[in-house]
Amino acid sequence: MVAYILKRILGMILLLLGITFIVVCMMYLAPGDATVMILPNIASTEQMTELRREFGLDQPLYVQYGRFLARAIRGDLGTSWIDRRPVMSQVLDALSYTIRLAAAALTLSLVFGTIGGIVSAVRHHSPVDEAVLTVTLIGISTPVFVIGLLLIYVFSFKLGWFPTSGVGSARHLILPAVTLASFLVAYMARMTRSCMLEVLGQEYIRTARAKGLREVVVLCRHALKNALIPMVTVVGLQVGLLLGGSVITETVFAYPGIGSLVVSAISARDTPLVQGCVLVISTGFILVNLIVDVSYAFIDPRVRLV
Amino acid sequence: MPGDGVAVRQKVAAIKQGGEDRLRPLARFVRRPRASIAIAILGFIVLVAAAAGWLAPHDPTKANLSLRLEGPSRDYPFGTDWIGRCLLSRVIHGIRLTLFIGLGTVALGGGVGVGLGLLAGFYGRTLEMIIMRMTDLLLAFPYFLLTIVFVAVLGPSLVNAVIAISFWTMPHYIRLARAAVLSVKAREFVEAAKALGRPDFRILTRHVFPNSLAPLIVQSSIFCAQNMLMAASLSFLGLGAQPPSPELGAMLGTGRTYLRAAPQVVAVPAAGIFLGVLGFNFLGDALRDFLDPRLRS
Repeated sequence: MVAYILKRILGMILLLLGITFIVVCMMYLAPGDATVMILPNIASTEQMTELRREFGLDQPLYVQYGRFLARAIRGDLGTSWIDRRPVMSQVLDALSYTIRLAAAALTLSLVFGTIGGIVSAVRHHSPVDEAVLTVTLIGISTPVFVIGLLLIYVFSFKLGWFPTSGVGSARHLILPAVTLASFLVAYMARMTRSCMLEVLGQEYIRTARAKGLREVVVLCRHALKNALIPMVTVVGLQVGLLLGGSVITETVFAYPGIGSLVVSAISARDTPLVQGCVLVISTGFILVNLIVDVSYAFIDPRVRLV
Repeated sequence: MPGDGVAVRQKVAAIKQGGEDRLRPLARFVRRPRASIAIAILGFIVLVAAAAGWLAPHDPTKANLSLRLEGPSRDYPFGTDWIGRCLLSRVIHGIRLTLFIGLGTVALGGGVGVGLGLLAGFYGRTLEMIIMRMTDLLLAFPYFLLTIVFVAVLGPSLVNAVIAISFWTMPHYIRLARAAVLSVKAREFVEAAKALGRPDFRILTRHVFPNSLAPLIVQSSIFCAQNMLMAASLSFLGLGAQPPSPELGAMLGTGRTYLRAAPQVVAVPAAGIFLGVLGFNFLGDALRDFLDPRLRS
């Protein structure tokens, strides 16, 4: 187990090196120069050369990447080119907001998604099942930003219950969290349903019922436990979706998370900030995948991690 | 001779029966409620897309500054946007664009992915290892983030968005196609074809590929829906189609400023995206229920 985790962490470091290198290459090859975006039009050529030297843009690619790595290992991600603030603190601030949003959305989706999926599977082919299938299909077919705008229109403009954007109180979090949760709930419910359907057809379920166990016990102890492995796999895969969804949600609600930070950093060609965001987001993404893989061994004792 | 007539008639009947047998799965599929909804929605979309130039009452990019943010009227059934363009015409052309994006990314990413997956599954050994390692690597990346960076760096445009999305679709197809080949490869008809000395390419295209199609068809429908959403999301962020293109996500990205004053500016393109994605999701669902015998009731 420990050996497995160490091996995975080693793989993770290699992957992070790869990701950051790709991003450095992309920013290096990108047409358009950050100095052009930062300096006013009237800036002289000398001023631009000066700024390029300050940012290290006059150095070859491998030197730029080497400098980045040397600093990153010491926990220093450099300073933003635009507002000269340290990247590390900006990224961590934004990350804490995103984690709050993601945690709220994940909680909603786990609760409602699992319940919906179980009910749907137990009442297979009933009107309830059909209703869950149709509603969730609509859920995964509606773009996140459409749900967000709809919620803003109804609950902010028409009813005036919640603020349209920003942060500050719990009320600020509700609309973004519901927006982000909406399609996660739909995915979760559909996955739970199909995993449960598979498990409910197994013979040990029939045995459990034949023993006269109460239906609740059969469902929770015997069925749900065995449906967990495929469900956890799917949750792991959805982390990518959650990430994409939160970029959009944060943009719609002007929420100061890491998703909106990376989008604005990219459009400003603020390479250090982009690098910092990419590094932090990728680390989170890969860590969650690792946790998902390790959790298999806890859920199912038959699984051996090698 | 009367006897001959009977025999001929029986033969004709048998042939007819055979023809019906062939069509029967299709007919059974169409008669399912979910499938018929999917076909109705997609039929409507394809019709709109095909006849876009003819259906749209106005030029989708022609502005009329004296008619800004107007509500529905006889000339402009869905109203106008912030510079007085006809929303109906824009959504008609937008649906066409969305359909092209969905089908195009699946054709591009799916085509390359299926090719690599078939090769990996069929030949195994080093080739398989190289292809599958690359696939695992691609799938380990936080793809949405990399797509954003990729598009932003290459310069935001619809073409770059389509390339990025196709690229992201590819590894999924590689996995699917390889898994399908592995399950077909050991079957007798492939062995027989090998024993008969058929060339590899012919075995792959004639025997392995057609028998691996079912999961690929289901996934293609779902990927079409997902890629439409992805493209719309990129355009919404300003990283996809650029104005004045009537791309639905881009229309929403700019139009959301006018949400309070003129909700139709947001509602019309939103309905367009929703319809397209819903159609393909419905189709994918119906196909999976139909093709997956384990779930058949």
